[in-house]
Amino acid sequence: MNTSAILTAVIVIAVLGLILGLFLGIAAKAFHVETDPREDKISAALPGNNCGGCGYPGCTGLAAAIVNGEAPVNACPVGGAAVAKEVAAIMGVEADDTKRMAAYVKCAGDCEKAAKNYEYTGAEDCRMAALLPGGGDKSCAYGCLGYGSCVSACPFDAIHIVNGIALVDKDACKACGKCIEACPKKLIELLPYDSKYIVACSSKDKGPDVMKKCKAGCIGCGLCKKNCPKEAIDIKDLLAYIDQDKCEKCGVCAEKCPKKIILNH
Amino acid sequence: MSTISELLIISIGSAFVSNVVLSQFYGLCPFLGVSKQLKTAGGMGAAVIFVITLASLVSALIYRFLLDPFGLDYLKTIVFILVIAALVQFVEMFLKRFVPSLYKALGVYLPLITTNCAVLGTALTNVQKEYSVLYSVVNGFATAVGFAISICILAGIREKMRYNNIPKAFQGMPIVLVTAGLMAIAFCGFSGLL
Repeated sequence: MNTSAILTAVIVIAVLGLILGLFLGIAAKAFHVETDPREDKISAALPGNNCGGCGYPGCTGLAAAIVNGEAPVNACPVGGAAVAKEVAAIMGVEADDTKRMAAYVKCAGDCEKAAKNYEYTGAEDCRMAALLPGGGDKSCAYGCLGYGSCVSACPFDAIHIVNGIALVDKDACKACGKCIEACPKKLIELLPYDSKYIVACSSKDKGPDVMKKCKAGCIGCGLCKKNCPKEAIDIKDLLAYIDQDKCEKCGVCAEKCPKKIILNH
Repeated sequence: MSTISELLIISIGSAFVSNVVLSQFYGLCPFLGVSKQLKTAGGMGAAVIFVITLASLVSALIYRFLLDPFGLDYLKTIVFILVIAALVQFVEMFLKRFVPSLYKALGVYLPLITTNCAVLGTALTNVQKEYSVLYSVVNGFATAVGFAISICILAGIREKMRYNNIPKAFQGMPIVLVTAGLMAIAFCGFSGLL
């Protein structure tokens, strides 16, 4: 074996590397540009894997944008609250609390409460079933079909079909919104994680029709709206809607609801 | 044949006939990645022209005066990688200090090309074809112009393509690759040029 060839190669590369390294080191000192010291500190605080998730070119790009005030201190989606806090401390501002959201399915018409118009034997996919007459086999055209399009869309295994309707596991939900896109009935909505009272119905049918089709349907009677002390409830298209920003979580609406569909999640 | 006409032939050959992307398949990553908008594609093209020309010069000098005389020909690939990476790093620092406007314009593209195979490929082609230093620089420049031309054409097509109704299975990368393939076939037409 020709050991001298190996040695030559190793020595040449090592010497070349050393020279280039020294050269770059000297150049870095000689061509040093004064940048905002906060920029370097923020770069150090960020995760540093340059994923580009923030929309800026790498972590240093985001650091520069934060210093220039173009990006909020919590712009890094990977670092989350911990990094936002650190960056906020460097910038000398309070981090806006990123409100945690979770998905909610606005239907409570499970197998016992809502009847079926016919037997559906097609593919196990709501988007297929929803194309059929009457918007699927469920008696209520607005309700959850329960074939699990949202379940397969969820990347976090946070949504499951329980007794014929989709149910979100609030703690596992990351509020990515994939299920909202998947649902052909547009039943899923992102609401604040700490929301307590949700109208678990999406039916825009008139009261008597709702009652015929489902035992857990909002009939748009307006009792909740009348009794809410904070005027947080509105009736739109014969359907109650709770404004979670105004809601004080007193629970009066849930008590007064004759159909008991304002649920305590 | 005079030097000038030889250089001209090399230039046209490198820019069109053996286009670095469309017939040699070097530098596909930036070609596909940075061709969403004509503006960024232009920036990338400019950065590549800058880096490849400079890298051709430096690698030709190193080969001619360091590697060849000492019989270290077999080390050219790894030495070129090292030198080109250091060179791009140095150019970045230099620009940041003295030409901040150009540094801003080139942005992330400069470090992105550090380890691009098109740069290394050009340096090695220069050695393979036994070009002199002047020929290497001209060949490097022409190769990079070829890259800039093809990435700008693709970016232009992709900008127009956004208004088209593309079948779902083809949306995103697939249609871009099909487009790039058709462009490569179109560039085959240049093969009769020389």
